Amino acid sequence: MSVAPTLAKTRAAGHSALVGYLPAGFPTVADATNAARAMVEAGADVVEIGFPYSDPVMDGPVIQRAAEHALAGGLRAADVLRTVEGVAATGAPVLVMTYWNPILRYGVDAFARDLAAAGGAGLITPDLIPDEGADWLAASEAHGLDRVFLVAPSSSDERIASTVAATSGFVYAQSVMGVTGARDNAPAAAPELVERTRKATDLPIGVGLGVRSGAQAAEIAAYADAVIVGSAMVKCLLDAPTVGDGIAALRALTGELSDAVHA
Amino acid sequence: MTAGPDPTGHFRNADGTDFGGRFVPEALIAALDELDTVYRKAFEDPAFLAEFDRLLREYAGTPSMLYDATRLSEVAGRRILLKREDLNHTGAHKVRNVLGQALLTKRMGKPRIIAETGAGQHGVASATAAALFDLECTVYMGAEDTRRQALNVARMRMLGAEVVPVTTGSQTLKDAMNEALRDWVSSVDTTHYLIGTVGGPHPFPVMVRDFVRGIGDEARAQSLAQIGRLPDAVCACVGGGSNAIGAFHAFVGDPGVALYGFEAGGDGVETGRHAATLSGGAPGVLHGARTYVLQDEDGQTVESHSISAGLDYPGVGPEHAYLHDTGRVNYEAVTDAEAMDAMMTLTRTEGIIPAIESAHAVAGALRLAPTLPEDAVIVVCLSGRGDKDMDTAARWFGLYDDEPAS
Repeated sequence: MSVAPTLAKTRAAGHSALVGYLPAGFPTVADATNAARAMVEAGADVVEIGFPYSDPVMDGPVIQRAAEHALAGGLRAADVLRTVEGVAATGAPVLVMTYWNPILRYGVDAFARDLAAAGGAGLITPDLIPDEGADWLAASEAHGLDRVFLVAPSSSDERIASTVAATSGFVYAQSVMGVTGARDNAPAAAPELVERTRKATDLPIGVGLGVRSGAQAAEIAAYADAVIVGSAMVKCLLDAPTVGDGIAALRALTGELSDAVHA
Repeated sequence: MTAGPDPTGHFRNADGTDFGGRFVPEALIAALDELDTVYRKAFEDPAFLAEFDRLLREYAGTPSMLYDATRLSEVAGRRILLKREDLNHTGAHKVRNVLGQALLTKRMGKPRIIAETGAGQHGVASATAAALFDLECTVYMGAEDTRRQALNVARMRMLGAEVVPVTTGSQTLKDAMNEALRDWVSSVDTTHYLIGTVGGPHPFPVMVRDFVRGIGDEARAQSLAQIGRLPDAVCACVGGGSNAIGAFHAFVGDPGVALYGFEAGGDGVETGRHAATLSGGAPGVLHGARTYVLQDEDGQTVESHSISAGLDYPGVGPEHAYLHDTGRVNYEAVTDAEAMDAMMTLTRTEGIIPAIESAHAVAGALRLAPTLPEDAVIVVCLSGRGDKDMDTAARWFGLYDDEPAS
């Protein structure tokens, strides 16, 4: 199932969508599944499940720590798919955000097949550009999955055009030049990037990296189709003394972001 | 045999598999495109080539000598010629690459370089170029390696570089590279990432090869001049693989010259504690390129192990993956113990203390020698000197008064 119907619905309702990220296996496979379901109950329209990887070069310290913890706990590819299945049962579309080597190792077509079977909507691939993704373009077609590629403030108009041409579901606009992690200010480069991307595509555009508060989310929701929040969500679980407290904090933050995005 | 790669940085095999490419965030593509353009233009610009050549000769001290190591040859039973990259300024072949990339950094108008380093040789070379070219310099180095190579940390700081110990993951070269990439994604407007090996996303593998290929070009000409023919074999150590690509490139088209790359076998490939990526890894993606990677069943990178910080890396340059699969180069593993024995043998026969990295190439050559005809000549790339390794060697051989050999 694609994220397209969900994003069409929020767009028709005249507001933006909230996309929440959590890595599989943090703090455990079951707890991560429950936490992601709680995000949906508290107002997230789309869920990204991270596939923890040993060398996450696009991630800041918060997601690095969660990923390290998940891998130290023995997380396997099958656990990621199980998490997707558990969260997709809520009815919300679930994307897997993953570095490319775990997918290559699993087998690109095999992962696409098993992700589709688990009810997943597609992949977000931070270190795969369409130029290198011929096998993923074929596998996503074959199994009906979304291909969410990224555009960045440094992308030329030409690259934005070729990237969105290969994208389905939505375009992930990276709001700042940097790694994942909450930042204090709303990203200054994002409006211009979204504007340039709009000229190249009718696809919905999500803005991510650095969002942590309702105020920031509201500002982004004014010009983007989706607001993507990762590290701030993960931090709720990372900082809490118990899993229960973490999920409560996650519900509260998701509610605040949802109010801002859906206003 | 093509020189490869294609314009998108792919080294393609006849069977359709390929290595290299650009497996990096879109955010870095613009910088890689700019670098590719500037590098190609520079190599067509006589002024650039003249300046690079002048620096190599007058500053770095190349061409390095091809030394007839007669006492080592007696031990080997075959004639061994040592390509003395250890005599270059800063003590290794690395200076060739950093001078080239520092010139490009100036051309791009960027005021800052960042670098990753394992043993510290590339970090020292980068800090040296930064001082020479008046660039800001930050070096990422695994915290484990800053302990193993404290002397090089001091050298970098003396040269004015900021050294950042990296405490994530295995705290070695791989993690230093992760941290440098994170810096670069955030600073790419003002910063050039001066990658120290023939790895990373295109154009780094081919560009770094072009900067270090003087090793083999010189050795080939020196062989013809000194022994009247080409050698029968060329040996080099392989971590990321820059000195090896530099040594091999000129000989790839000479079918009579056998090429040998010696990887770090650590405790032995069969123990799982090693850094022999081509001998014990599988194709995958790491740090921007498709290549061989030490990885588990889920594609998670497996920590490498080697007594040599400079070879302690779970990936390898994509051109080596290509040369491995085509069979043009033979890659074999050399254990820690074999390398340390060779380090001592070379030291006691020739009075040359090699870097532990380079000792892997010497060990490989000593193992190879008896399998070659009696009149065979072997060129060994002595990629660096051993000053930085004296603490490791002292502990290994029991050279400190108060400590037994380990």
